[in-house]
Amino acid sequence: MTPDLGGYAGTVLGAYAVTLGLLAALVAVSLLRSAQVRRALERIEREMRGGGTDGRA
Amino acid sequence: MSIWEYANPKKFMQTSAWALPWVVGLTIALLVTGLTWGFFFTPDDYKQGATVKIIYLHVPSAMMAINAWAMMLVASLIWIVRRHHVSALAAKAAAPVGLTFTLIALVTGALWGQPMWGTWWAWDPRLTSFFVLFLFYLGYIALWEAVDDPDKAADLTAIACFVGSVFALLSRYAVFFWSQGLHQGPSLSLDRRENVHDVFYWPLLLCMAGFALLFVSLVLLRTRTEIRARRLRALEALEAGGLRA
Repeated sequence: MTPDLGGYAGTVLGAYAVTLGLLAALVAVSLLRSAQVRRALERIEREMRGGGTDGRA
Repeated sequence: MSIWEYANPKKFMQTSAWALPWVVGLTIALLVTGLTWGFFFTPDDYKQGATVKIIYLHVPSAMMAINAWAMMLVASLIWIVRRHHVSALAAKAAAPVGLTFTLIALVTGALWGQPMWGTWWAWDPRLTSFFVLFLFYLGYIALWEAVDDPDKAADLTAIACFVGSVFALLSRYAVFFWSQGLHQGPSLSLDRRENVHDVFYWPLLLCMAGFALLFVSLVLLRTRTEIRARRLRALEALEAGGLRA
């Protein structure tokens, strides 16, 4: 299935590994920060509606 | 209905929540199809051998590195002229995405250059202007982090974006301005004789569309995060003020 990359296997596979790795890291960081901010916002909105407590003390 | 409706954070959040799953789905479909086609089902080039497969990463990432800066320029102009916060936050959200595409273009270019040119790097006009663009991305992101007042940060980064646009333009058109240098001309052209062969062209086109939509997906997601973070800061300030009162 894998194509014969000859003497350039390291170069080509290296390029794909770096690209996919960097893109995966960017997506992961973006999703993680999105979830963190969303949770923090929901918590403070709940606290403000509920008069200062979110039930978790 | 006007495009300026989307400057309203609530409207932006509603529309992007609806659009995001569709854009992400299309991004995955295009990237998987384009990269699989390009990597597994295209032949080697008669001159470059198997290294031609790097074209499916290098060309789309270089294209998006420049286009991301162009998008930031438009968003910064809108901020300066109309003071819409969503546009400033969209520019801020796009910068790390553009930085990553620039880094990918530089690394894959170096990996491709070594076997073809015999060197990882040369101070060639296009390579140099791309490296300066990379430094501008770093500076732009650092400026956002360094200034506490968000409006002032948006003003200063908008000015940095205007200046950096010179290098974004140079990195796109450097091969036309200077004939010397290692980097060849554009891979795609409206003139079919100058274009890459059809066997490489179609998967490359899919990858370019995939990278473009990946950029849109990430900018939508990150802009939504920035809008929420802005509201979070406002509520925290309100709560702190309430506690002091």
